[in-house]
Amino acid sequence: MTTRHGIDASFTALPYRRMAESALTRAQDFNVSHADFRFERIRSQHVRVRDGRLQGAADSEDVGFSVRVILDGAWGFASGVGLSTEVAVGVAETAVRAAQVAAAMTTRPVALAPEPAYDDVEWVSAYEIDPLAVPLDEKVDLLADWSARLLASDGVEHSTGALSQVVENKFYADLAGTTTTQQRVRLEPDFGVHGTNATTGAFDSMRTIAPPVGRGWEYLTDGYDWDTALGELPGLLAQKLAAPTVNAGHYDLVIHPSNLWLTIHESIGHATELDRALGYEANYAGTSFATVDHLGTLQYGSPVMNVTGDRTMRHGLATIGYDDEGVATQSWDIIKDGVLVGYQLDRPMAQMMPELNGGRSNGCAYADSPGHIPIQRMANVSLQAAPDGPSTEELIGRVDRGIYVVGDRSWSIDMQRYNFQFTGQRFYRIENGRLAGQLRDVAYQATTTDFWSSMEAVGGPGTWELGGAFNCGKAQPGQVASVSHGCPTSLFRDVNVLNTTAEAG
Amino acid sequence: MSAATPQDLVEHALAASRSDHCIAIVHDSTSANLRWANNTLTTNGVMHSMSVTVVALHGTAGGTAAGSVSSSAAAVDQVDRIVEAADAAARAGSPAEDAAELVTGDAVTDWFEPSGGTSIEVYGDLAPALGEAFRRATAEGRVLYGFVDHDVTTTYLGTSTGVRLRHEQPTGHYGCTAKPADLSTSAWVGGATRDFSDVDPTAMDAELVRRLGWASRRVDLPAGRYDTVLPPTAVADLMIYAYWSASARQAHDGQSVFSRRGGGTRIGDRLSDHPLQVYSDPAHDRLRALPFVSTATSSEIESVFDNGLPLSRTHWVRDGTLTALLQNRFTAGLTGQPVTPYVDNLIVEVDGASGSTQDLVAGVERGLLVTCLWYIREVDPQSLLLTGLTRDGVYLVEDGEVTGAVTNYRFNESPVDLMRRFSQASATTPSFSREWGDYFPRTATPALRVPDFNMSTVSQAN
Repeated sequence: MTTRHGIDASFTALPYRRMAESALTRAQDFNVSHADFRFERIRSQHVRVRDGRLQGAADSEDVGFSVRVILDGAWGFASGVGLSTEVAVGVAETAVRAAQVAAAMTTRPVALAPEPAYDDVEWVSAYEIDPLAVPLDEKVDLLADWSARLLASDGVEHSTGALSQVVENKFYADLAGTTTTQQRVRLEPDFGVHGTNATTGAFDSMRTIAPPVGRGWEYLTDGYDWDTALGELPGLLAQKLAAPTVNAGHYDLVIHPSNLWLTIHESIGHATELDRALGYEANYAGTSFATVDHLGTLQYGSPVMNVTGDRTMRHGLATIGYDDEGVATQSWDIIKDGVLVGYQLDRPMAQMMPELNGGRSNGCAYADSPGHIPIQRMANVSLQAAPDGPSTEELIGRVDRGIYVVGDRSWSIDMQRYNFQFTGQRFYRIENGRLAGQLRDVAYQATTTDFWSSMEAVGGPGTWELGGAFNCGKAQPGQVASVSHGCPTSLFRDVNVLNTTAEAG
Repeated sequence: MSAATPQDLVEHALAASRSDHCIAIVHDSTSANLRWANNTLTTNGVMHSMSVTVVALHGTAGGTAAGSVSSSAAAVDQVDRIVEAADAAARAGSPAEDAAELVTGDAVTDWFEPSGGTSIEVYGDLAPALGEAFRRATAEGRVLYGFVDHDVTTTYLGTSTGVRLRHEQPTGHYGCTAKPADLSTSAWVGGATRDFSDVDPTAMDAELVRRLGWASRRVDLPAGRYDTVLPPTAVADLMIYAYWSASARQAHDGQSVFSRRGGGTRIGDRLSDHPLQVYSDPAHDRLRALPFVSTATSSEIESVFDNGLPLSRTHWVRDGTLTALLQNRFTAGLTGQPVTPYVDNLIVEVDGASGSTQDLVAGVERGLLVTCLWYIREVDPQSLLLTGLTRDGVYLVEDGEVTGAVTNYRFNESPVDLMRRFSQASATTPSFSREWGDYFPRTATPALRVPDFNMSTVSQAN
């Protein structure tokens, strides 16, 4: 049962409505074809503990606004920080000036896909307890206690802990008559232990696999089995330190959602962003092999592969009511029975390619802060479970010689989303359908479509978990985003496994 | 509501705080950018931000607690809220392990100078030239994608112990990717600038045309170890990561490549037989950087108690030997080493090295020339093994000449090991890391030739 929160009164007391009216009115004086005003307040707090002690705690707040216009087919964007109508008018004028300078370089006029107007709507995410309303000392005590408990365990030389908490408020208004006010909350807890193998001198670490979530403080008190997660960490580290190194080669992999979410993020989430497919990120984050000419024909993976884009799922990090272009959020198919069938869109691209979503954006435009321009950004992109699919144990049972992969660690993929390499928190050898102890120094490497084509089975709904990250990077100037990815435990055949020590030469 | 100056905000915060001590930092920042793709402008922006950080220090029975609150703010009433929150956080906080006496001092002579700034007009000359470049590229069957960004951030730092410091930091960079109309290959040029007076779109376009020309001959080469020339941008990519990994605390605690097995740090170890110098210098002529410590929070590397501490030229590696790691006063005590805090630039030099990337290429009998690196992530902290990809052009070199383009590769390499293994270096030049330049724009690095660079697997990206 989730408490229904309203928008914080300390946010609604800010003068953004008057500022919006002034800025939009001023923009109209220049005969703009579109103008929007976005005001945001993002409050966050980061707490770090080490070896049972507070290492640092910091609160930060980003309050500001921006005005975006289309003038003679060119974008103009400006942002500022004052809280007065005068400042808002000045920023609107700067946006118009930017559009005038931009016009000389805009060879293809910008136009937006239509979207109904939403007259003064509100949306608040599902959470119980505002984490920033919990006293700091209560949070530090809990984290320091957990860190001290870990440090006191056998074989643990150091323990680390961190908690990021964000409460985001967003107000949006445009000349078409849409006005939205929204609020959402997210948390990212992370705890780790570090130790050394006394014989070899090799060191390593092990951290919790609890995902970041769109939930409140309740996630730390009764939203996750922290006792078990923390209790097993020292033993898992000891096993890893004593584990044999992997023999490089090809193995069947059973991959837990705590690792597979990141592979989905990199090889599907980013690859099906339409701005990348169209080349907008060519100079920075990169493009995509999954270009539009392959829509409906590209065999992305095996027929058991079904992937959706979604900005509406409960507790998802990319979940919200309306995007930064005033588009109501949606859920849609990206890959159906292994075939590419959809993309993530914003309004200009939806207008350019009406065949993709009936000429309407699917609500994937957003900025990370008031001072940044909205760009096409990722939805919660998730792999669906098989309705009567197997359990994790059953998937492991199908493997004669393989590796069971749990938790994410390092990730890297090329500029067109073909070649990737991932490591993890822990790797278990699978022998004749059973787990046979941990392995060290494992990385798996593949080409996207080969990897997803090698997916023999997805697990059942009981294996499905929501993972995610706070730190997805894209665009210039750089923006970060938080996004969730759900998936079941899944079985992949014959994947290239590297030994990272051998790679280091 | 009258506009307050950044200096007003600092003084107001220091006067308003009820804690034992207080640090106030104001960042006043303006930036302007243009972004383009497919031979047209895609986005742009003119941004202004002003943020205030207040670190309040409160003495308790067990020591001193720090409360840190940062917020955008433009008026003194907003600063009151920040101070109130910081004071409350300090009162509620537990004693900080890194507590130390605050730095003392006076106002610097330029304290009362107003903030620097920039505007869209910084591109007054560049914008029409870019428009022209788009038209020429379209006519000649090329597609351009790129970005220019200019930011001027002025930092004002004051403490209740009298310190008043000001620093104005211009930061600019440009980058452009080009592809032929069939998108079958790509090339990239980019660099850092302080004011865009030295950026020439026509010269940029010409270099891109030259590189696309190299790719007119495609050669298939398998993964493997190759004699490889890494240009200054790629060396910056790798060395920045090594610098960021050089926390003395983590080394001391047995968690990094700079940890000595059995305990302690590797300071004093020879990392390279080359006369290799790696240092930071806030006063470096072309890479001037913040000359004092400014941090909102304590971390593995920095301490809020060090705010205002002067920074100076610091050698991390001297003549191939590791001489210092990133320290604050607290970790310097832990490790018994001098206080050598993080500085916002990095210079890599090899004594006696001369010539350019092209000169290194001229000495290669059969090998590769990399354009830049991408998506670099840590695989193993123990060896600092990094993985990543080559990007936007890897060229085959035969008998000292570029003779064609090969595929891209995934590499697995450690920058610490490369310091030992490189066979030749060019002269050091200002460089811009493709991967990290947005966050660490001030580097000067040589090109390095590595006789056996590990191109681990083939990437189909082109």
